[in-house]
Amino acid sequence: MGKLVTALRFPDPDAAYVALVEARRGLTEEAAADLDARLVLILANHIGDLDVLNEAIALASQPG
Amino acid sequence: MAESAADRKVIYHYTYRRSPDQDARAAVCHPVVVVGAGPVGLTMAIDLALRGVDVVVLDDSDRIGDGSRGICWSKRTLEILNRLGIGERLLEKGVTWKLGKVFLGEKPVHAFDLLPEEGHRMPAFINLQQYYLEKALVDRADEIDGIDLRWKNRLVGLDRGNDGAHLTIETPEGCYALDADWVIAADGARSAVRDLLGLPFVGQTFEDKFLIADVTMLADDIPTERRFWFDPPFHSGQSALIHRQAEDSWRIDLQLGADADADAELKPERYLPRIGQMLGDRHFTVDWVSIYRFNCRRIERFVHGRVIFVGDSAHQVSPFGARGANSGIQDAENLTWKLVAVLKQQAGLALLDSYDRERMQAADENIGHSTRSTDFIAPHSPAERRLRTAVLLLAPKAEFAQRMINSGRLSTATVYDTPLSTPDENPFGGTAQLGGPAPDAPVSRPDGGECHLLDALGRGFELLYVADGARPNVPDGIEVLVIGKDLLDSAGLFADRFDARPGSAYLLRPDQHLCARWRHFDADKVRAAHRRALGH
Repeated sequence: MGKLVTALRFPDPDAAYVALVEARRGLTEEAAADLDARLVLILANHIGDLDVLNEAIALASQPG
Repeated sequence: MAESAADRKVIYHYTYRRSPDQDARAAVCHPVVVVGAGPVGLTMAIDLALRGVDVVVLDDSDRIGDGSRGICWSKRTLEILNRLGIGERLLEKGVTWKLGKVFLGEKPVHAFDLLPEEGHRMPAFINLQQYYLEKALVDRADEIDGIDLRWKNRLVGLDRGNDGAHLTIETPEGCYALDADWVIAADGARSAVRDLLGLPFVGQTFEDKFLIADVTMLADDIPTERRFWFDPPFHSGQSALIHRQAEDSWRIDLQLGADADADAELKPERYLPRIGQMLGDRHFTVDWVSIYRFNCRRIERFVHGRVIFVGDSAHQVSPFGARGANSGIQDAENLTWKLVAVLKQQAGLALLDSYDRERMQAADENIGHSTRSTDFIAPHSPAERRLRTAVLLLAPKAEFAQRMINSGRLSTATVYDTPLSTPDENPFGGTAQLGGPAPDAPVSRPDGGECHLLDALGRGFELLYVADGARPNVPDGIEVLVIGKDLLDSAGLFADRFDARPGSAYLLRPDQHLCARWRHFDADKVRAAHRRALGH
């Protein structure tokens, strides 16, 4: 049984997406990749559950 | 300002002496032959002799001090060496430390304290050049009967028999034969014993090369702490480390990357400016310099019939974390009491299986930590480097990221997950862990003398019993120390660390690892736990 929640959790998903878009608006590809790396670490620690993290990595690693 | 003195090394010379064994008509048989008089082999030999087993030690060289190697000696190692009688000399000679700092560029991003609590006989670490530690061990071996240390005795042949091995040994006066009931391979990463048995030594080799040097420099303004830089201004894009050793000697470690040319980097015109950039306008002398690539690997099993591997001959790690020589000394400690119990017929051969199990667990832990540290220090791709940079940049702002920085996870003792331990019947708190070494604590004798718990332990099995009525009658083969009578827990730290209450009882193995504990003394349970810890 997976622990990763993939059902929607934000009351306003558009606002969450916009927040992520605005964080990288105007950034070079390099700077955006740096931002994402920091964001991944911060969010991974906030989740604080290695099983969830591994499930998230597995999901993110699936090719398009 | 700098000069190179790469030839100036501290070397102790020893003398080859002809052994009567070389003139014997038939090969003389010894109970234990240790191959290799390094820190691990000498620890084993001294511990064997102190436990009443005679030992021959063979070494292919006649000197110690050719270059520097290990420098950081961990608390557990010091506790072992203190039991062998050289703790004080090492503390006196070495540099005691417990703090570390990590920098990104010039900016400190993390600081750590490896022993934030008081009340331990031994510090978190001392730094001491390996040749001084080896010298102290050789001196100690000379003080003890039963150790036959043979310099310039090179093992060139090894035939395994059913209950021993036949050795062929080359000396300046030719070859001779020797038989041994047990052979201990303590002959290092390039082990002759391992080659003679044809055992594969497999694992991972890291591409990055590192320049390692010992320099002499007067720098009392630099605090005694481990300093590690990622991408420092003086060594752009790479990592660097500096760490004080005894006698104004400093260990320097500079990452050179995968493409570095080892021969070119070993030329003074190349390394002097590199080190000079790091040390600024300080005057320094280079005493020793080497280029390394790191390996993390081990042999599949450590016990091969009557031949048993300890230390680097069995497993190898990168130096970040001081897990090489420290784990080797802990191998020797783990094996010695078990081998002695087998030789004295207190235990069967099955006890030696637990050496394999416990020390392979330790080797895997060490290889795991060492591999992760090396991966952090030398990322394999730009994408990995980006993630590492993110950790380093977040560190000053977020505690979690500080804890992810890995410039080497420094050696701590392994808590054995082992069939020798009797599972707890009741929950215990404190820092003492079943399978781990007993935590030290300050105690006093009834006459008022201050000492530490580990100093008060004997060489065999020991039951620590917290006074609650009558002195317990313990089974044969176990000594008892009553806390509250034989030793007083004046500071209350024993109680804290062992979660002790009146009546609690703790059984320690001869290597001071905790193998059973109870809330109430029960002679039958203690007897069963003792038998279990002997592999019965």
